[in-house]
Amino acid sequence: MKIVVTVKLVPDPNAEKKIDPTTKRLVRAGVETVLNPYDEYALEAALQLKERVGGDSTVTVFTMGPEALKETLRKALAMGADAAVMLSDAALEGSDVWATAHAMAAGLKKVGFDLLLVGGLTDDGSTGVVPGALAEHLGLALVTNARKIEVGSGSLAIERETDTGYQQVNVGLPAVLTTALTFGEPRYASLKGIMGAKKKPIEVLALADLGLGEAAGGAGSKTELLSFAPPPARGKGQVVEAADGASGAHAIFEFLRAKKLV
Amino acid sequence: MNFDLTDEQKAIQGLARDFAQNEVKPRAEVMDREEAFPYDLVAKMAELGFMGLPFPEEFGGAGADTVSYALAVMEIARADASTAITMAAHVSLGASPFYRFGTQEQKERYLVPLAQGKQLWGFGLTEPNAGSDAGNCQTKAVLRDGTWIVNGTKAFITNSGTDISGGTTITAVTGTRPDGKPEISNLIVPQATPGFTRSKKYKKMGWRASDTRELAFVDARVPEANLLGKRGEGYSQFLQILDGGRISVAALSVGLAMGAYDEALAYAKERHAFGRPISKFQAIAFKLVDMLCEIEHAKLMTLRAAWEKDAGREFEQTASLAKLYAAEVSHRVVNEALQIHGGYGFMDEYPISRMYRDQKINEIGEGTNEVQRLVLARMMGL
Ligand SMILES: Cc1cc2nc3c(=O)[nH]c(=O)nc-3n(C[C@H](O)[C@H](O)[C@H](O)COP(=O)(O)OP(=O)(O)OC[C@H]3O[C@@H](n4cnc5c(N)ncnc54)[C@H](O)[C@@H]3O)c2cc1C
Repeated sequence: MKIVVTVKLVPDPNAEKKIDPTTKRLVRAGVETVLNPYDEYALEAALQLKERVGGDSTVTVFTMGPEALKETLRKALAMGADAAVMLSDAALEGSDVWATAHAMAAGLKKVGFDLLLVGGLTDDGSTGVVPGALAEHLGLALVTNARKIEVGSGSLAIERETDTGYQQVNVGLPAVLTTALTFGEPRYASLKGIMGAKKKPIEVLALADLGLGEAAGGAGSKTELLSFAPPPARGKGQVVEAADGASGAHAIFEFLRAKKLV
Repeated sequence: MNFDLTDEQKAIQGLARDFAQNEVKPRAEVMDREEAFPYDLVAKMAELGFMGLPFPEEFGGAGADTVSYALAVMEIARADASTAITMAAHVSLGASPFYRFGTQEQKERYLVPLAQGKQLWGFGLTEPNAGSDAGNCQTKAVLRDGTWIVNGTKAFITNSGTDISGGTTITAVTGTRPDGKPEISNLIVPQATPGFTRSKKYKKMGWRASDTRELAFVDARVPEANLLGKRGEGYSQFLQILDGGRISVAALSVGLAMGAYDEALAYAKERHAFGRPISKFQAIAFKLVDMLCEIEHAKLMTLRAAWEKDAGREFEQTASLAKLYAAEVSHRVVNEALQIHGGYGFMDEYPISRMYRDQKINEIGEGTNEVQRLVLARMMGL
């Protein structure tokens, strides 16, 4: 089974972020780039699936982003992915989710897959729209929030997490899945993995390789970011002065009860 | 000149940091209190490849370089010195004699399971009456009908008595040289050797979760083939191992200092006195500046020694300078870091109190500060 996992290269989630007011884009200078944390969970699910299915199964990671960040993909290779493909083209800058998914879908068609795993959300953009848009562009079924994946012949039996429990669905391959965080913490890249990752291929595709000239980047986008603003500053909290612990707890309880929170 | 780490070195440092901060650090306090050897952490370090980090893949290692090794030791020591010494002593003292001096067969038999981290191995140089003057070895081995009969005692041997320890390589007097001085050789002594016993763990003030024991040899019977390297080369072989070991201890010292600095910095920002964070007092801020300055200095020296070793150059003097300096830096840094904690630093539940206890051995193990100065003075032709 050929499994492809999309990974986004995002600024370190723990770093403080700034938005450049003129470009309206995140300032990346001076901030370390990492694999989008949700995508690491999807990669973990893919690696587990590969181990279970065995045979000549492979895991390929696919990203779209600036070529300068290419080496960030080594981490995915060190964790156990077999190969990486990067779609990189200056014309892709400023793509909105539609244009991003459009270009990615073309790249993914070229790479080919039986199963496409997508993290549910990115840490920087947080739109959560790309998985759906990808499935649409690819003309494939999308199953979101998969928490358990059983492999049948030419199909998958999936448990998908819902607010109230889980649903059992079957889907034919190829298909697109987003994963829940139930496959366990993403594994550490072992030293052998790190040393071996050097030798694994990272292929770089440009738009010309996909026959996608127009409809890319800002030009191919359907939305435009008009303005942005930081969230409003939080109001002052209410400080309770109490003589002792018990009366303090009581005051807090009354506060919560007044707001119908308990 | 280029101070950038390679992508691979950065990746290994990142792995060691994630592992140490997520898996080791949260456990350090309890392990220290209960003197509990962390078998599960050793198993995880083995799985990740740390226990054979610098050895070639053909011998079960990860094939990484000495710079990566030093960076990994620093990150683990930053979280917990006991776990770090267990890993570092295993690699640089336990396993590397086989790599440096073993025959192909000895490498396959002993080095492979060690590099894979399936077994630990001890380095038996120190004796109750031979520490700094380790050449004054009293342990004797006599070859009789193809068997070495070993008698003597070794003191303070790390990793020698865990449930997964495979044995210890020792120095023993095997005869008299033509110049009348004792002939010292290295013997491989597996755990199951008849006549070889280990004491209970020593009660220690620091490195409490590491395994340190006294070894006794009473007519212990070791096969003749268990000679490591050439007969009569044992002392110089072990000194060569200690040359590399200095990079290891320097890295342990830098790591511990980094950990103490982390604690002090966080505490100084959150602890308030006279209505503001204590980090706003110049007296405290300057301490933190001085700490960082010294740590950076010691780190550069340590990495330079590692880099020289990787480049196949002479590294002995730099390694010795780094070991001495880093050990003393770790002393000053933990001391000031505890000072910044005030009375809380004196309490067991603050990690800095453990670090303070763990620090002292950096100035003693693998050559005391005094011996380091002695060695350096000699290298400088004094
Ligand atoms: C926790 C722990 C783990 C250890 N692990 C190992 C191990 O795995 N394998 C191993 O072989 N050993 C190990 N050691 C032993 C360690 O290397 C020795 O303790 C160390 O080399 C010092 O020897 P000593 O304790 O006999 O001190 P001594 O040699 O008795 O030194 C006492 C003091 O005298 C000073 N001194 C001695 N000679 C001179 C001189 N010529 N000039 C000036 N000052 C001098 C020393 O610097 C020191 O201050 C370990 C020790 C400890 C505490």
